[in-house]
Order: sequence, then C-alpha cells, then structure tokens
Amino acid sequence: MTSPAVEAIDLVKRFGENTAVDGVSFVVPEGTVLGLLGPNGAGKTTTTRMLTTLSVPTSGTARVAGHDVVKEADAVRRSMGLAGQAATVDELLTARENLKLIGRLYGLPKTYVRSSIGELLERFDLVQAADRPVKTYSGGMRRRLDLAVSLMAAPPVLFLDEPTTGLDPRSRTELWEVLRELVREGTTLVLTTQYLEEADHLADDIIVIDKGRVIAAGTPTQLKDQAGAASVVVTLTHAADLERAEGLVRDHSPEVHVDVTARRITAQADGLGDMSRIGAAFQEAGIEVDDLGLKRPSLDDVFLHLTGHRADHDGAEGEPSETDELEEALR
Amino acid sequence: MTSMLTAQRPPINPPSMLRASATIVWRNLIHIKRMPEMLLDVTVQSVMFVLLFAYVFGGSINPPGDVSYKEFLLPGIMVQTMIFTSAIAAMGLTNDLQKGIVDRLKSLPISRSSVLVGRSISSLIHSSIGIAVMAVTGLLIGWRVRESVGETVLGFGLILLFGFAMIWLGIYVGSLMRTVEAVQGFMFTVMFPLTFVANTFAPTEQMPSWLAAVAEWNPVSALTQACRELWGNGVTAPSDAAWQLQHPVLMSVAWSLLLTAIFAPLALGAYRRRSRD
Repeated sequence: MTSPAVEAIDLVKRFGENTAVDGVSFVVPEGTVLGLLGPNGAGKTTTTRMLTTLSVPTSGTARVAGHDVVKEADAVRRSMGLAGQAATVDELLTARENLKLIGRLYGLPKTYVRSSIGELLERFDLVQAADRPVKTYSGGMRRRLDLAVSLMAAPPVLFLDEPTTGLDPRSRTELWEVLRELVREGTTLVLTTQYLEEADHLADDIIVIDKGRVIAAGTPTQLKDQAGAASVVVTLTHAADLERAEGLVRDHSPEVHVDVTARRITAQADGLGDMSRIGAAFQEAGIEVDDLGLKRPSLDDVFLHLTGHRADHDGAEGEPSETDELEEALR
Repeated sequence: MTSMLTAQRPPINPPSMLRASATIVWRNLIHIKRMPEMLLDVTVQSVMFVLLFAYVFGGSINPPGDVSYKEFLLPGIMVQTMIFTSAIAAMGLTNDLQKGIVDRLKSLPISRSSVLVGRSISSLIHSSIGIAVMAVTGLLIGWRVRESVGETVLGFGLILLFGFAMIWLGIYVGSLMRTVEAVQGFMFTVMFPLTFVANTFAPTEQMPSWLAAVAEWNPVSALTQACRELWGNGVTAPSDAAWQLQHPVLMSVAWSLLLTAIFAPLALGAYRRRSRD
C-alpha cells in the first residue's frame, strides 16, 4: 500500500490574533486531483504555503510524498512543484533563463536541463517567445511558463495556487487541458481555486473552505447532490407549443418555470427518470424539442447552500458572471 | 508524448550554498543587463555628482592642508556610493519578496541563505561599478592616488568591508518593509543625512560645534578619513579632532564589524520572520 501523496492533519495557521487556517485536514491519494475551493481570504493560499514549506504551521502536521513539511522540508521541496500566485516567474528574465535558473538550483544535470527546457517550451507553446523577457508576455503565456518552471524537476506532486485567476476563458480552457494531461501522466495535483467551475472540471475530490475551516468535502457530484434537487430543462423548437408543453411537464413536476422568449421550460425533477418520462410525453404529443437535459445544481449553489452566502469573487479580475447568469436563469 | 514527468525523474543534486548563491548572482546580474537604467544611480548620477560637487561647490570649500577639493571630494563621494548599497540591496530584496520570487526560491531544495548571499554579492557588484565609474571620472578631472599600491588597495578594501556591513542594514529594512517605494523613501531619508553630516563633502571645522561633533563621530567620517590618508588625498586629522579620526583605518574596520554584529542578527531575524509566514 502506498502512502497518500499529500496528507494534512489539523493544520492551523495564526497571524497574531487572526486565524487564517483553523484545523484543516484532508488526504490526497496518489494520482488524483484535490480542489481547495473557497472565496478570497478563506485560507486556501495559506494552506498551500504550509504544504509547500513556505510557511510553518502554528500547529498540526502535513506530509507531502510521505515527508513531514516541517521536519523534512528539504525532502518535500525535492518532491513537489509550486505554481500560481504563491510563487512566480522572474519578469526580467526570458522563459529560457527562468527555466535554466530553476534547473540549476535543483542541481539537475546540464544535459537534462537543456533537453528539458526544449521539451517544456514546446509543450507549453512558448518556443517563439523563449528568448524574450517575460514582462512582454500575455497573462496566459506567463501562467504557462509558471507551470513549466514548476515542472522542471518533474515533481510527482504539483501545487497550483489559483492557476487561472485573471485569465480569459480561452487561456483557462487551454491550461485545464494541460493540467488534465499531467494528471493522466500520473502527477498528483492540489489546486486552489475560487472558480467553482474549475474545481468541477478538474478535481476528483473537493474541499470547500470558508473562514479557515473545511465546511464540506466530497466528489463534485456528492457536493452537488447536497445542494438539492436537479432540474429538467427543455428548449422547444416552436414557441406555439409552450402552453401545451407546460401542461405536460406539470404532470411530472411540482415546480415549473417557463421562459417564453427562450422557449425554455425548467422543471424541478428527481433525476434521469423524470427526464426520460418528460421526453417520452413530448414525443407522444408530437412536440418538437431543440434540447432536453438534466441540470444538476452548480457548485455555486452548493456554496450558497453550505455558507448561506454566495462565493465572494471580490478581487478576481475578469471573473465571468456565472452567478448572475444562473440567477437570471432561475428568475 | 510519453511520461517524461513520472516515468523518469531526473537526479536532483541541490548545489552548495555558494553555488546556489552564484546562480542567484547570475540571475540578479541579468536584471542589470536587461534594465541598464538600474545602473543610472551609480553611473550617470555618480559622474554628475562628482562634476557638480567639484565645480559648483569646489571653489568655495577649502579642504585642510594643501589639497585640492577634487582630491578631497573623491574619497567622500565613493564612500557615499558604497553606503547607498544598503538601499540597493533593500530594494532588490523587497522587490523579490513582493513579486513572489523569494517564495519560488524557497520552494526549492537550496540553502535559504543563498538568496541573501546572492543579493549581497550582486549589490556589492552594483556599487563597485559605481565606484569604478567615479574613479575614472576622478582621474579625468585631476584626482590622483598618491600612495603605495598596498595602501590604495587597502582603501578600496575598507570601502567594500563597510559596504558589506551596510548590506545587512539593507536586508533588515528590506525584510521589514512591504513595498519598494516605502524602502526607497525610508532609505533615502536616512542615508542623505548620514552621508552629509560627515566630512564627506566639506571639512567639519566650519560646522557649528555640536554638528561637528556629530559629524566627526559619524562612522562615515572615519571611513572617508581613512581613504583620504591611504590615498594621499588629505592630511591627517588635527589633534583636536575626534579620537576616531586620529585612528581612521582601525575605526573603519571596527565600525564595519560593529554594524555587522548589530544588523546581521536583526536582518536574519526579520528575514526569517517574514519567511515563516
């Protein structure tokens, strides 16, 4: 049996009077992805800093790749990579120089450093810009380099502190793809994010943190189930069928909402069974549909359910207004 | 692409503290190369100050003994440049702390002091470039070193030793402050009086007696007096001058050691505290 890649036991960090992390525990099995989800100031970065030996816990312990983060800090540093807002790249150096700097400081063999720089530049699509100072890079390029730098010594465990905060949706999707590839290759990932969607996309397990405490833990699906019922969403082909369709849906669901302009009916449902029954009823009645689907509650709903307040996105630049869209959809 | 990441991990042989420091110096020097304007303070400004002082004030200041003001000035202004190394080190460190570079380096399996040692060495190189520029400017306008090679080298050695002490002050301030702007504001406020209330630019004899006493006991004055004597750029201090000016070489070394003894523990403590969070 192998030991878990990352293990946190009752981690606490106090800054004077202020308790930033208040007894956080979790286990990350090897080769899986843990998402630490929470609003700004929840304690995600501080937790990451303790796990990556940048900050000494006030109490509690943690192990990375089997090594204690305080007593065996050096062994931890050999076993993990760190990227994101907690550690960053040098703006005045080129991508190649940044990679070389880190390669040299790990004391990697010269030939390995040379070939690895080439591979990483290629993999992260930075070959063209490799010899330009990083300050000329776009946000997405910078994040890719940041990630490349953290992979220089091919660490089995990778910590990513808000890897996509401030990125445009396209760069974000591209970065997700790279991260999935790393996981396929066997890397264990611990990522913090305030994007509910991100945790949902990438993580096998999610820990929801609020005010330094773990308020929920589970798979994305489990967490969504906690937030209440799913709903069936039908988009009709012809607006003329709306009234008839609504009647049919009401036979199957206690709560129905009709959006006339979008020709969309949203109905509370128990699961896939309800969806297929509604689908069959429409077919029988000859009502044409553009789209029929089951919508589970988003993690935003989960957060609202758990904390009684919405995830606070203050400070995140370029935050897409998922929340607003959702609220509009529900209205 | 096959798993380069997990299948074959490369051997990690973290470098010694000195090698890691040398690598960090390499990185810091690339900064100077990329942003040559970082050197403006010790190049263009140095030349400008030498010329301004030599030609604007030079005529109205009479150094003791039969020494031209240009000769009197050069040791003083070189000492001032080296004292500003503290500001250079502080700003560099704060910038790295602020931008997360220190965190990146701390996440690596290297000695944590290599970040500070690297910063110290590159700051000393930075200031030494300034001293070299001043020396050349000085030689062009008539400054000369008039004593033996050994004494000349000793003078520059004392300046470097003092610069080393100043770097600890810089690391202390750099670890305490949050922004480069704050560091700059603080250091300049402290460094200008420290380097002007001394014998650097004008003899202390004409100062009000209380100010002269302060100036003569300023460590900066001991170092400046030592260089003037070692380089033949000034007369020995009169017998009524402060005791330290009668023994300037000894006192320069003593001040360097004392300041290091005070600021090195403070600096390491502040840096460690900052690093633990």
